[in-house]
Amino acid sequence: MISFELLVSVTIAVLVAMGVYLVLRARTFPVVLGLSLISYAVNLFLFSMGRLEVGSPPILQDGVEVYTDPLPQALVLTAIVIGFGMTAFSIILAVKAYVELGSDHVDGEEP
Amino acid sequence: MTMLLIVLLPFLAIGPVWFAARFSRNASFYVAATTTGLGLGLLASLVPEVMAGNVFVDSWPWIERIGLNIAFRMDGLAMLFCILILGIGLMVVIYAKFYLTEDDPIGPFYAMLMTFMGAMLGVVTSENLLLLAMFWELTSISSFLLIGYWRHLPAARQGARLALMITGSGGLFLLAGVLLLQEITGSLELSVVLASGPQILDHDLYWAALICVLMGAFTKSAQFPFHFWLPNAMTAPTPVSAYLHSATMVKAGVFLLARLHPAMSGSPEWFFLVTGAGLTTLAFAAYVALFKHDLKGLLAYSTISHLGIITACLGMSTKWATIAAVFHIMNHAAFKASLFMSAGIVDHECGTRDARLLSGLRHSMPITFGLATLGALAMGGAPFFNGFLSKEMFFKEAYTLSQAHPYWPDAEYWAWIFPVVATVGGLFSVAYSVRFIHDVFFGPEAHDLPKHPHDPPFGMWLPVAILVAVCVVVGVVPMYTAESFLYATASPVTGYDMPEALHLHWWHGLVPELYMTLVAIAAGIGVYTQWKKIAAIGDKLPTIVGKDFFESFIEMLIEGARALDRLVDNQSLQRYMAYTISFATLAGFMAYIEEGWQSGTGVQTPASLVSLVPVILLIAGAFMTDFFQRKRLVSLIFMSVVGLIVSLMFIYFSAPDLGLTQISVEVVTVLLLLLALFVLPQWNPVESGWLRRSRDILVAASAGIGVGALAWGVMTRQQQTIADYYLAESLPKGGGTNVVNVILVDFRGFDTMGEVSVLALASVGIIVMLTGKKPLYPNQVMPFPEERFPLMLTSVTRVLVPTALLVAFYIFMRGHNLPGGGFIAGLVAVVALAMQFVASGLDWTKGRFKLDLVRLSAIGVLLAVGTGLAAFVWGRPFLTSGMLHLHPPGIGEVHIASAMAFDTGVFLVVVGSLVLIIRRLSRYQQTMEVQDKAGGNE
Repeated sequence: MISFELLVSVTIAVLVAMGVYLVLRARTFPVVLGLSLISYAVNLFLFSMGRLEVGSPPILQDGVEVYTDPLPQALVLTAIVIGFGMTAFSIILAVKAYVELGSDHVDGEEP
Repeated sequence: MTMLLIVLLPFLAIGPVWFAARFSRNASFYVAATTTGLGLGLLASLVPEVMAGNVFVDSWPWIERIGLNIAFRMDGLAMLFCILILGIGLMVVIYAKFYLTEDDPIGPFYAMLMTFMGAMLGVVTSENLLLLAMFWELTSISSFLLIGYWRHLPAARQGARLALMITGSGGLFLLAGVLLLQEITGSLELSVVLASGPQILDHDLYWAALICVLMGAFTKSAQFPFHFWLPNAMTAPTPVSAYLHSATMVKAGVFLLARLHPAMSGSPEWFFLVTGAGLTTLAFAAYVALFKHDLKGLLAYSTISHLGIITACLGMSTKWATIAAVFHIMNHAAFKASLFMSAGIVDHECGTRDARLLSGLRHSMPITFGLATLGALAMGGAPFFNGFLSKEMFFKEAYTLSQAHPYWPDAEYWAWIFPVVATVGGLFSVAYSVRFIHDVFFGPEAHDLPKHPHDPPFGMWLPVAILVAVCVVVGVVPMYTAESFLYATASPVTGYDMPEALHLHWWHGLVPELYMTLVAIAAGIGVYTQWKKIAAIGDKLPTIVGKDFFESFIEMLIEGARALDRLVDNQSLQRYMAYTISFATLAGFMAYIEEGWQSGTGVQTPASLVSLVPVILLIAGAFMTDFFQRKRLVSLIFMSVVGLIVSLMFIYFSAPDLGLTQISVEVVTVLLLLLALFVLPQWNPVESGWLRRSRDILVAASAGIGVGALAWGVMTRQQQTIADYYLAESLPKGGGTNVVNVILVDFRGFDTMGEVSVLALASVGIIVMLTGKKPLYPNQVMPFPEERFPLMLTSVTRVLVPTALLVAFYIFMRGHNLPGGGFIAGLVAVVALAMQFVASGLDWTKGRFKLDLVRLSAIGVLLAVGTGLAAFVWGRPFLTSGMLHLHPPGIGEVHIASAMAFDTGVFLVVVGSLVLIIRRLSRYQQTMEVQDKAGGNE
């Protein structure tokens, strides 16, 4: 049987692995992409701490008793925005470093 | 209370002393002297009680969890040291006033001296061992500062560093020893520790505790083989040498031995280690002292040697040896401080303290001559001086040891080593004392000295005279002056196991110790007459200079560290990342291995086959992102596929807010990355070999598997939600049905406020980065396409943008009750505006969108904070929300929660920051384009 839990776990694993590989590259741009991939994974991971529910969003309605956990959602929403801030900051940092140093190698100089 | 005040007074004086020096040197001096005098007065109020055998303990709790109390103990031993510290301290304060020249800043000097005085008083009166260790380190630090007082002299700096390194690391050993004692006895209080002697001796950790404590004591008291820092500390001003490095601080080591004597002595380990170190130091240092030409160097080695006597006495640990140790502590302090000051006077008045240059000073400096001679006689152990009395006691105990000893019963003739070494030490002691006087004050008068020698001012020789007077009075009539005092001060060291009565006399009949003294004096004078010949022989022997040895050791350590550093660090960030991630992964797997990884047994949500499609797409997208990472644009497009599916996943799993946020963030992110690609290169060169790539794949795969396994492990287990409160109270307290939004803007509004501030800050940082230096490598920038903006897109956005903004407004308004809110609305608005940029260009848009974006986000942050503060008006805590229900005709019920104002703040920050970032980045590469053209024209 395929379960959503399995699918999401595999997704997280793949995203982390791909993200880590990119983070280990020598140029700044792939590192930023890798960070984004890892952010997706982390957000999914945090989100999944509230377990996976289908069709029960935490929007209160009369007569509905079952809601999914809103707390991880609130946390992840914050995390997405902060993650965006980080991505923006690091990509601009990469641009600035390239402009100042003439190289986009992570060590700041061509090997 | 009095004890606390005694210790605190010098610390309180640090500021005033320093400050007073701004007005005059005298003011600073008076403050220092008054403080010290006041301390003596306070101490005097306790003396009668302590002499009567009372012990005071005062305690205030400080950090009880680790057993640290501010606790003081005043008994005979503490009193003796307090008298030394404050009494000699007063002499030194007076002496220093005359010794320091106008160029030497007196404020810092007295301030450091006061720091030291307070620290030292703290060491000797601490009841809590941890407190003692703390003060102990403080004495090391203030000693460091005082040795390096003349900081323009390289020798002073080196000496200071050396002293700090040795005594400081000794202090760490002491700390370890103290903690071990706590482990053994269960307490840090001296009262408990001193009472648990047998328990400590029987404990398995006794060895370790003993070694640690001895390391602390031996480094501080300059015992062999840690002695070499002390001669190098002689670069300090002479008052400091007299005070710290002869009378008080170096005595802290023997104080510690004396303090813990009742608890830790009485074992063969103690006997052999302590006596061994003491005797070695005593003989070795006395021998070296004879050949020192620098008067202070001679006195320094003499100090080491005398500390050796005290250590040896404490090691022998018999009743009388212990008393002799305490007696010698006070005697040595008196005569050695006076001699140091005399050496300082000679140095001060003659401009040199080299014994080879000085000669015949008895004519020009009669007072100094007299005082120094008396001091030297005491040091050499001549009869009728205090030094004689304690040395006799030491000789007697050394002789007794040769006859029989409990720890070394089968020693036979080896036991003679004790009296022989003692006599040899005494002999050299006599020899260098004679040299000190004879070389400097006798012989033909020297005429080629840097200065014209004459006696110093009254204030400079008065302290010497007082100390010398003590030496003589105690030496001549010990029965009236020192007996009861010694009894009171030695009692705590022997564990209150004192002889019936003490009888101090300088005549005991024709006993072995008298012969030893006579031999020492006769041979000592004999050695002195031949000292140059002996020195010639000594020069031929290989010498080990402790300082050089130590420095090469440190050098070796540094080299070793560098080699290790080179091994792991090749200045490559990639390598750091790989190591960091590997270790983090490894740490995670360690937990799996230790606790065992298990899948949970909770109910799983079955998935249809269709749901495989997006997941496979996502995985493929992620793989492609990596696979095409050299082609950056392609890689970026594949990543956006991943982001899209993640948003869909959020929506599918009952998180519409997250889905909306993720998808709008996605758009903005991709836009930014695209803009960045205009500047950055389009390709990644092939750089890593297959080995590096395989390593990275391995690291990445294990990290992924580790995290995935963790997620699986958690998700298959039953959840205990903590969110019931929010679900239940969202409507009544937050006034909204969208619980996620209510949490964000109300329950956890504080977090959100921090978050928008972070976003605003990030945008400020970005602005700063994008101003200033402009690109220098325009040739690497991709040229802007020449064709105009596509007509279709331009026309459509004209209609689309207002609609999108309306949608943003709608999303914003409904946010409290349905998916939406300030964040998402802000992002939607940003996407709309960004679309306008893309379609019609920066300048066109800017002409029609005249908002100061920096101000916009600032207003947003202020609005969020202001909403929070508004709650104060109604007397509620920060960020408490209020609600209003209105019924305007035709629209129906409208909720206006104060959270809405907060959400508006969030909205403004998001719009302001993000649009700003996009605009600045676009402009950045536009300026580059201009530069490019300009460069091409030239």
